[in-house]
Amino acid sequence: MTFNLLVAACLMYVIFLFGVAFIVEHRAHHGRLGWLRSPLVYTLSLSIYCTAWTFYGAVGYAARSGLEFLTIYFGPTLVFVGWWLLLRKLVRIGRQYRVTSIADLLSSRYGKSNSIGVIVTVIAVVAATPYIALQLQSVVLSFGVFADIGVVGAPPLGAGGVAILVAVGLAFFTILFGTRNLDVKEQHHGIVTAIAVEAAVKLVALVSVGLFVVWGIADGLPDILARIDASGFAAAPVEPGRWTGLIFLSAAAVITLPRMFQVMVVENDDERHLGSASWAFPLYLMAMSLFIVPIAVVGLDRMPVGSNPDMFVLTLPLAEGQDALAMLAFLGGFSSATSMVIVEALALATMISNHVVIPLWLRLRPTETQHEDLRGVVLTARRLAIVAVLSLGYGYYRYSGGSAALASIGLVAFLGVAQVLPAMIGGLFWRGSTRVGAILGLATGFSVWAFTSFLPSFGPGAFLSQAVFDDGLFGLSWLRPRALFGVEATDPLLHAVVWSLALNVIAFVAGSLLSFPGPVERLQGAAFVHVFGGDTGPQGWARGQVEPEALLTMVQRILGEEAALSLFEGAARAQGKGGFLPDPTPAFLATVEAQLSGTVGAATAHAMISQLLGRATVSVEDLMAVASEAAQIMEYSAKLEAREAELTRTAGALREANEKLQQLSTQKDAFLSQISHELRTPMTSIRAFSEILTEGDLPPELVTKYGQIIHDEAKRLTRLLDDLLDLSVLENGTVQLNLELSSLQQMLDTALIAARQTRPERSFVLHRDSVSEALFLRTDADRLTQVFINLVSNARKYCDADQPELRISVRQRGGKVTIDFVDNGSGIPKQAQALIFEKFARLTDANRAGGAGLGLAICREIMANLGGSIAYLPGQGGAAFRVTLPLRLGKLAA
Amino acid sequence: MARRKSPLFLAPASYRQRRLRDAARLLPVFGLALVLLPMAWTADGRLSLTSGHVAYFFGAWIVLIVVAALFAPGLQGGEGQDGAED
Repeated sequence: MTFNLLVAACLMYVIFLFGVAFIVEHRAHHGRLGWLRSPLVYTLSLSIYCTAWTFYGAVGYAARSGLEFLTIYFGPTLVFVGWWLLLRKLVRIGRQYRVTSIADLLSSRYGKSNSIGVIVTVIAVVAATPYIALQLQSVVLSFGVFADIGVVGAPPLGAGGVAILVAVGLAFFTILFGTRNLDVKEQHHGIVTAIAVEAAVKLVALVSVGLFVVWGIADGLPDILARIDASGFAAAPVEPGRWTGLIFLSAAAVITLPRMFQVMVVENDDERHLGSASWAFPLYLMAMSLFIVPIAVVGLDRMPVGSNPDMFVLTLPLAEGQDALAMLAFLGGFSSATSMVIVEALALATMISNHVVIPLWLRLRPTETQHEDLRGVVLTARRLAIVAVLSLGYGYYRYSGGSAALASIGLVAFLGVAQVLPAMIGGLFWRGSTRVGAILGLATGFSVWAFTSFLPSFGPGAFLSQAVFDDGLFGLSWLRPRALFGVEATDPLLHAVVWSLALNVIAFVAGSLLSFPGPVERLQGAAFVHVFGGDTGPQGWARGQVEPEALLTMVQRILGEEAALSLFEGAARAQGKGGFLPDPTPAFLATVEAQLSGTVGAATAHAMISQLLGRATVSVEDLMAVASEAAQIMEYSAKLEAREAELTRTAGALREANEKLQQLSTQKDAFLSQISHELRTPMTSIRAFSEILTEGDLPPELVTKYGQIIHDEAKRLTRLLDDLLDLSVLENGTVQLNLELSSLQQMLDTALIAARQTRPERSFVLHRDSVSEALFLRTDADRLTQVFINLVSNARKYCDADQPELRISVRQRGGKVTIDFVDNGSGIPKQAQALIFEKFARLTDANRAGGAGLGLAICREIMANLGGSIAYLPGQGGAAFRVTLPLRLGKLAA
Repeated sequence: MARRKSPLFLAPASYRQRRLRDAARLLPVFGLALVLLPMAWTADGRLSLTSGHVAYFFGAWIVLIVVAALFAPGLQGGEGQDGAED
């Protein structure tokens, strides 16, 4: 096998993964995920727990320390078979509160505190960096194996070159599929599916090598068992303390590793998948470890003394001349390394951008960013963070020189992230745990871990001098990193596990017991602990004085215009209102906050909304709801409340109906008086001038002039009557629609030309996009053009900007076309927005350009007849109208 | 879970489900006991492993997976209240 073939296979495999991710993203975009959201994909994606460290390293581990490698799998197995205890709650909370990362979970639980988010982010980054370096090292090592054995064509790159190529490629992949868009649920189907494929590849690879070893090299199972007993393997002892400690450590890590949290909680599509994963994931782990011992035993037997047992998975097949199998094993190891790095980088980047970059950005530029689209900032921050995380990993790899120190770093990293466990478990099950306690616990655990485990892992002289190892920090003998408080432990890892977690828990509990939580914290605590109770909602917003329009502007910055408008429109409809501006009820504010926190994290979302509300927003009733006694009473009276709520709803509906009737009656009266007035004005002048004319002996030029006036007034009268007739036909729905396929662009052109007659002296700057306008609609072209003419003329008439501009943008979405007409004038005042579509509604008399105020009313009726609608769009910086209509209007609808 | 005829006083289906949840909560404890058990056999606090141990651990692992797989459908079906139930 040539080295080039290996590189080619690697590239093909990577291209294949890109293809998978791309196709899945494409399908997800069109809502056709189907079986891709199955428990199988979920389970397979969980297998990023098995990194290159477990793929290659487990065999080496087994060769060195016997069965101890099993502990790394037993921990996760116990956590998953016990999913009903912990994981179920974790996933439910994650989904309900749209948690974006483990840092977000803790920050959200402890009163949406960003300082907690920052601490967890720091811990995660510090612990993950060596781990990422380890993955790069494993890829380099596996390339090295091929370069050493059976080289045909020397490796074109040095070890550093391979590592940097891999790091750049991974950064590219993660950025491409991890930061394409901002999803409110922060899910990345493309990446998850690619990870699932990689999971299958690594399982197949390891099992294939295992089968080959058991039945190809050895003589089946009995022979293997005999070899186990005969090998020096039997001499490898296991200490019960270390055994227990490692099981606990791996159990903690599987919950707290950022990448595990990402696939297990954030990317979870369906809670029921967790139930299937509860046995399928342990099954996967067992299949992965089934052949570790045989490979290790046979490798120790067969391979020359001194060969690296970490690489047995590759070197055994190669030594036996099984090149294809070695290639498969190589791809398996490659998969393990890449999938881990991709998800880890993505999870860390989310944490860094949501908890460090965005809060800083908002703090540094609070005013300039009022109207800026924040999505660009968030995405850029994520991309930079991905690059930064991978650069850190690469830098660490170069710095440590790929030394043997890396091999033990896996467990050190596990212990690092496990420091999050006390605050996390406490937050989920103990309402009394507080922010202060969590900060103290995290900080204590992190420091003790750094001192007893992380820094010593570099060896004496790197960060801690030999003197510190021997005599303790500052010469205090009780501050020795391997013998804290004078407790000499035989096993440094176990020593670090016990001390860091014990002190962590003590600080956490003591801090929680002695501090007093703020109101938001107490509400969040109750909401998280009782997530299955269903009664206590998350922290609620009191009915605020916030302007819905300001809220809309803010949400647009983060979710984008389309998503924000549809969110607001949906909420307005749910409240029984039309248009885009719902009342800022507590429920609506909570929805908005949940949507925002899916993108920028709970703490930032909360801060942004409070900024808008201008105060802390916990009302006394909200606090009452948390107090446990009140909660109990509420539980008993829940039924009563439900009935009362129904009565209130019915009463509300009745009241609304009554109001509507009254409104209709007033409207009818107003209409009658308006119409008499409108008819009477031209009538009066006609009568007056015709009287003058009948008196005779007038100069001919006056006769012509008066005749002209009479003619003009009569024309106006006719136009008014025509409009009225039109309106009544439209309102009765008896209008004959002339349906045909016609070009939207042409209709807009016609409208713009026709509307030029209105105030011809004004010149408008037009912004149009001819590509999006190239649509053919099946509709009544004349009627639709009439609507366009009206809107354009209105803009010409009423836009009060010095340099008037009109932007016409067309969007097509799911069989619906929306056409927005936005000018840069001062817009329509809020109190008038509800009125403009009523008959005879004119905002000012100043610009009275001959219209009777029926234009928009007719537009509304036309659009209703065309199966669409017309609405005023608030918050667009000027008067803005949105016309929505179906792409193809059916005969029946007409 | 299989739904039988509608019960007269006690709801056997939901009662069964609550017991199933209890069992599910105990499963990790049982599992932990299984994987720690061999440590109790040691004479001097250190344990040398043989092929018998390998077989034992994988056997225990399979038992855990099978039991979890048997529990999962029943647990998934029952959504709803947790907490104060007996």
